[in-house]
Amino acid sequence: MSQPGTSAESTSGSNTASSGDTRRGTELFLLVCSAVIVTFALMLVEISQENTITRQLFIYGAAYLALFGGAHVAVRKWAPYADPLMLPLVALLNGLGLVMIHRIDIAKETEYAVRQIAWLTLSLILFALVLAFIKDHRVLAKYSFTCGFVGLVLLALPGLLPSAISEVNGAKLWIKFGPLGQVQPSEFAKILLMIFFASFLVSKRELFTTAGRKFLNVELPRPRDLMPMLVAWVAAIGIGVLEKDLGTSLLFFGIVLVMLYIATERAIWVVLGLSLFALGAVLAWQTVTRVQSRVNVWLDPLHHEDGYQLKQALYGLGSGGIGGTGLGSGSPETVPFSNSDFIITSMGEELGLIGLIAIFLMYLLLMMRGLRSALAVRDSFGKLFGGGLSFTVALQLFVVAGGVTGLIPLTGLTAPFLAYGGSSLLANYILIAMLLRISDAARRPQAPAKPKPQQAPIAEAHTELVERPR
Amino acid sequence: MNKPLRRVALAMMAMVLLLMANVTYVQVIQADDLRHGPGNGRTQRAEYAKQRGQIIAGGQSLANSVETGDELKFQRTYPNGPLYAPVTGFDSPTYGSNGIERAMDSILNGSDDSLAFNRLSDMITGRAPAGGDVELTIDPAMQKVAYDELTSKGFQGSVVALNPKTGEILSMVNSPSYDPSPLASHDNNVAAEHWQAMENADGSPMSNRSVSEIYPPGSTFKLITTAAALDDGYQPNSTVTDAASITLPGTSTKLPNYGGNTCKGNTLTEALAHSCNTAFAEIAGKVGADKLRETAAKFGFSNDLQIPMTVAKSDLGPMSDDASLYQSGIGQRDVRVTPMQNAMMAAAIANGGKLMKPQLVKSTRAPDMEVIDELKPEQMSQAVSSTVADQIRAMMLKSEQYTKGSGKISGIDIASKTGTAQHGDAADKPHGWYVAFAPAEDPKIAVAVIVENGGDEGAEATGGSLAAPIGREVIRAGLQGGG
Repeated sequence: MSQPGTSAESTSGSNTASSGDTRRGTELFLLVCSAVIVTFALMLVEISQENTITRQLFIYGAAYLALFGGAHVAVRKWAPYADPLMLPLVALLNGLGLVMIHRIDIAKETEYAVRQIAWLTLSLILFALVLAFIKDHRVLAKYSFTCGFVGLVLLALPGLLPSAISEVNGAKLWIKFGPLGQVQPSEFAKILLMIFFASFLVSKRELFTTAGRKFLNVELPRPRDLMPMLVAWVAAIGIGVLEKDLGTSLLFFGIVLVMLYIATERAIWVVLGLSLFALGAVLAWQTVTRVQSRVNVWLDPLHHEDGYQLKQALYGLGSGGIGGTGLGSGSPETVPFSNSDFIITSMGEELGLIGLIAIFLMYLLLMMRGLRSALAVRDSFGKLFGGGLSFTVALQLFVVAGGVTGLIPLTGLTAPFLAYGGSSLLANYILIAMLLRISDAARRPQAPAKPKPQQAPIAEAHTELVERPR
Repeated sequence: MNKPLRRVALAMMAMVLLLMANVTYVQVIQADDLRHGPGNGRTQRAEYAKQRGQIIAGGQSLANSVETGDELKFQRTYPNGPLYAPVTGFDSPTYGSNGIERAMDSILNGSDDSLAFNRLSDMITGRAPAGGDVELTIDPAMQKVAYDELTSKGFQGSVVALNPKTGEILSMVNSPSYDPSPLASHDNNVAAEHWQAMENADGSPMSNRSVSEIYPPGSTFKLITTAAALDDGYQPNSTVTDAASITLPGTSTKLPNYGGNTCKGNTLTEALAHSCNTAFAEIAGKVGADKLRETAAKFGFSNDLQIPMTVAKSDLGPMSDDASLYQSGIGQRDVRVTPMQNAMMAAAIANGGKLMKPQLVKSTRAPDMEVIDELKPEQMSQAVSSTVADQIRAMMLKSEQYTKGSGKISGIDIASKTGTAQHGDAADKPHGWYVAFAPAEDPKIAVAVIVENGGDEGAEATGGSLAAPIGREVIRAGLQGGG
């Protein structure tokens, strides 16, 4: 960041009002760059699939740019000081995801790309609305209990609804609206619950840091302080059992754990949380056949009878190798869910290790910019909320990418912005809007009513060199 | 809260690094194994995504690819499959390939260097990429006659016919044969079912007898012994033994003539014409193992040969003592030949002693029909001098006169030698051989026929009764048929 004189992190007392550079120009330039990259990627797909290259392609590119241009205008208007990198990164990930979804559409003669574009449009509208209506993220803290309640209901709802309207591919995570489509309420619940947690933890921070009993030289928290974590643990297990989805369960518990750690600055929470997680994992592995199968597939993906998906995904990655087969020239469509859960391996096959690492770096950059905003923002709620949001992106990526590449057992989550999925897209754009809001607050110059020039006492003042008049 | 936030940042970096390390492991270290993993259809799909070239003979398409609606875009079909199976081989998504399909794969699938320009122009013009065509030397009329002759009587055996002057393979037939088309099916079950049926079938139909199986040559090997003798100073009218049987040196084993009779002549010419065992056993003993081996090698024994499929090596065996040398001289003991080798032997004699390399590919063509490469006749060796070749030719003409069996062609002189090879079969049903070329004065066709295990005549079978009629029909088809 180029703010002269002072970094936004050392906030006390310094005056950053002099910096009028909001870097919105940089953002626009980067958006144009990502539009060029995405158009070029689309062109490669069309060439490889032996479709003709028409002017249509550039119209698509322009439409993409127009969509994100709209988002850029919203940022410029309502969050002018926000981080200039986050929106272009998200746009590029989303654009590449769209190209891959379109590419798999061609192979499978489906039409998911069009639907994804519709979701994207809706998402960007929502993105702008969030920026427009939430002028200050601290407002959210006031509604923390409402958010927590709604979040909990959304989270629990599919688990309680009959399978007929809530189960898709074996996970009871959905609410189906007949022909209109389906949404995954847990995607939204995670943001609402983060608001609740951030606010709750900030207000009760002191409680959690109160020392409890000492055991083996480690200060344990007081048993009653464990309650929120135990509740979260039980809830996570509940999701895992009721909704048959380990990914959401893992994500939910991971977020709680990390926010607890950030709020209390005590690593013991992480240790306790991970122990509880391990306990839950072992319990699940002992009792749930679905989990056993996932673990066995993970241990030997190429030979386990249930390992078809993962095996195909690994074959795809291997066939792609370092340089990839080239966009449109591989067979990512062989892998089930190649445009959603497994889009990471689709990318890995056609863009190779190089492309995949580039994608991981884009995510890393996005998370780091988010976390940086959390570091820079001045209020505790913002820090905690921002940290939670950033970590959510990281955990989602880790769980899904680790799962489909065989690093960890496979659980159902989608790669943010990249994968096909309306709910995920909507929720993640809201998430980014909120991160931008926090980042705007962090980088916004504190505007004192009247800048008071800090005049040193005359006696201590330096003599100033005055330029000779010409 | 900044301290834990920074730690969380580190944790997030670690998570992403872990992901990167893992994909690096998968895409670099494991990549090759995964690429060729069982059930990874990617390589195959790429292979079947474009139209494979045709295999053509005499204007007929023996193998071509038709577009299917399924995942692998093109499926191979073989019109007249069993007739040409020993030549075309098969190209199966399940079982790989063999025959010309395998040997000429890079041309047929278009990846050959000679097609690089075509690939480039396809890419630029946006034309669908396709493989090149392979045109074969096979004469469809001869191929058909040979196949019908073998199969109509239910024989197991093989026919190979060559153009002695160029080495072109005019027919290469197996019986029983198999249909390659079901093996090319994109449905694994269809292919597997057919494969199993062929594996379990009598007479191993998928074995290419013409070039992959080795048989005892029996009396046809006497041509080699004769060549060695003539080269060693014998004359066609040199006196040889006419004894009904001789005792193998160093043993008490008797080696009799066919039927236990005294030979009906005592010259080399008469001995060959009547196929007298005793005479040739002794001749082999006189010229010695080295001479015999050397002569055989000039006719193609023990040489690596690609036509372009690999031909199994024919061999004389160890010949460690005189007894085995005597037996080898009449094509017994450990002497083993392929039908291809026997046809080469006849062809070399027909061609004034010059052995031409047998070749199956007449030309290769780019998808736009432009000829890339054409057959160039190649001499493998000078098996015998032209004088010796002429002498053997004369003997073979005489041999043909004494050979029974139907199918003699009026107006055309055939030079031939039969063989009846016992091979220790339980019922001792011999293999019947016939090697020949015609017309004797200006040979255009050299042929080798083997009918295994006595054909339909059992232990009484001879090369003359079983194989000669087939050989003559094939020659007739080649000289007179043409269609």
